[in-house]
Amino acid sequence: MSATAPRYGRAGRRPSRWQLALRYALLLAVLALTVGPFLWQLSTSLKGPGEDIYRYPPSLVPHQVTLANYAGVARIIPVWDFALNSLKVATTNVLTNCAGAALAGYALARLRFRGRRMALVVFLMAMLVPVESIMIAQFLTMRMLQLNNTLLGVVLPGCVGAMNVLLMRNAFAALPYEVEEAAFVDGANAWQRFVRIALPSVRGTLAVVAIFAFMGAWDDFLWPLIVLSDQSKFTLTIGLNFLHGTFADNQRLVAAGTVIAVLPLIVLFACLQRSFFRGVGEGAVKG
Amino acid sequence: MRPPSAIACSRPAEPEAAVKRHHCASPWLFLAPGLLIALAFGLYPFLSTVAHSFTDARTLTAGQFVGGANYRELIHDAMFWTGLRNSVLYVLGVVPLLVILPLLLAMLVQRRIPGIAFFRAAFYTPVVASVVVVSLIWVWLLDDRGLINALLEGLGFGTVGFLSDPWLLLLSAMAVTVWKGLGYYMIIYLAALANVPGELHEACAVDGAGAVRRFLTVTVPALRSTMVLVAALSSVSAFKVFSEVYLMAGPTGGPGGEDTTLVMLVQQAGTGLSGRVGYASALSVVVFVITLGLMLLVLRANRKEEA
Repeated sequence: MSATAPRYGRAGRRPSRWQLALRYALLLAVLALTVGPFLWQLSTSLKGPGEDIYRYPPSLVPHQVTLANYAGVARIIPVWDFALNSLKVATTNVLTNCAGAALAGYALARLRFRGRRMALVVFLMAMLVPVESIMIAQFLTMRMLQLNNTLLGVVLPGCVGAMNVLLMRNAFAALPYEVEEAAFVDGANAWQRFVRIALPSVRGTLAVVAIFAFMGAWDDFLWPLIVLSDQSKFTLTIGLNFLHGTFADNQRLVAAGTVIAVLPLIVLFACLQRSFFRGVGEGAVKG
Repeated sequence: MRPPSAIACSRPAEPEAAVKRHHCASPWLFLAPGLLIALAFGLYPFLSTVAHSFTDARTLTAGQFVGGANYRELIHDAMFWTGLRNSVLYVLGVVPLLVILPLLLAMLVQRRIPGIAFFRAAFYTPVVASVVVVSLIWVWLLDDRGLINALLEGLGFGTVGFLSDPWLLLLSAMAVTVWKGLGYYMIIYLAALANVPGELHEACAVDGAGAVRRFLTVTVPALRSTMVLVAALSSVSAFKVFSEVYLMAGPTGGPGGEDTTLVMLVQQAGTGLSGRVGYASALSVVVFVITLGLMLLVLRANRKEEA
């Protein structure tokens, strides 16, 4: 295996033809393993009632393609309402996280004031407390605020992630100081320096925060499961759990439901993957 | 001049200090939303969880102070030990694989050959998908009449009850967790691999070391701190496992609750209108302490190796 070989300089040795072939063979094998299960699910969701989904040998390509299973899911559960709820939750989560984390991160990195260290410690501690160990208390808080069983209750606890605040702080701290110093001398106040100078320079990190905030909210399961009880408020993940619990035997329906839940995200990721990997490569996720 | 660590909202040495002073409210305005959320939904619930764990509170009643009664009950609760066993097994089963496999994967996609961007993105797909979607996909694949059993039968094996035998269920859930996590840790390793100097490999290759040898003597030592980070991240999240087991084994954790994990117990005990908040809080405190302990353990192991 030559996988450890780094990129040599231009004069460096080139991998031989069969090494390259071996590498592509391995890549394709892993591809089958990671993407195959999604394709199988998609295929199942497109198979009509006349087609045996249990047949052997199995067939990945459906013989009678139909969208009836998607219509079927929509008849049983209000899947489009669930999708809309998920979209609302995810979009809100993106906006609040980007705004809140950028503001707080900027203050921690660039403004000098008494209590800055204290504020930093608060964020660090909040980051260390796992959601799973405070969710019962969170549930009681939501009941007290009468936000249980609302979408606001789903969003609120994670709406400015401490982790994101620290990510933004690091991004701002890495910017050259001189430009802002000059702006300060020219009389720009903190807000103007933040909006006009600092913010445009951290777009990469902001994009990473946005993508993770969207994914996190769209995919979240445990907290919505606890806080939501009324079917009309369900997000897609909770709705899918319900579908699975009630119609477990109808694989075509469950498959159609999962495709509805995952397809928008895969499309979104496919569109953003370039800036995503660049943002991550810039060090956003590096320990 | 002051060290350029931060721009003062009012720099005391400047003549306009007095004029600028009112700007000193502004840092707190910047911080307010984030700080408020961190305090109200991070630190406050933590303190309230600790406080509740010493009471017999329920969802609808405040409860009385009962000292360590919840913790005593926990020790005598067989379900607690089952949950703890399963969560610990989950860490032991998942973490080694998540430290090693993503590293191999990262090395596989490291070199910029044509089409590599597509492969990287494709390997990341399971990370993007919700754990609910991923679990349901595997429930169908591992079904008694699903694809994997069909293939096994085609090879002459009998039907394997991946989703009915308690031990196989737990192993299946672990496999799903590993499958879903591969891409996430691959990206972390990929970023770290970019910093391993190529000369080391070259020197090693000139000395006649084979690929496996180069991997063990150059790549692994250079990536040790990243591997520790991955071990810390994956062990913490493995210990808190909930969704995979909940979805694959059912809300009560499989036959006889044999597959219940600690976080599933917290959810079962503490939610709903008749939730035993006090007892669930004691369980939560245990989850927190062990999570923190795991993190410290991994980090200490790193330090010891360094010394």
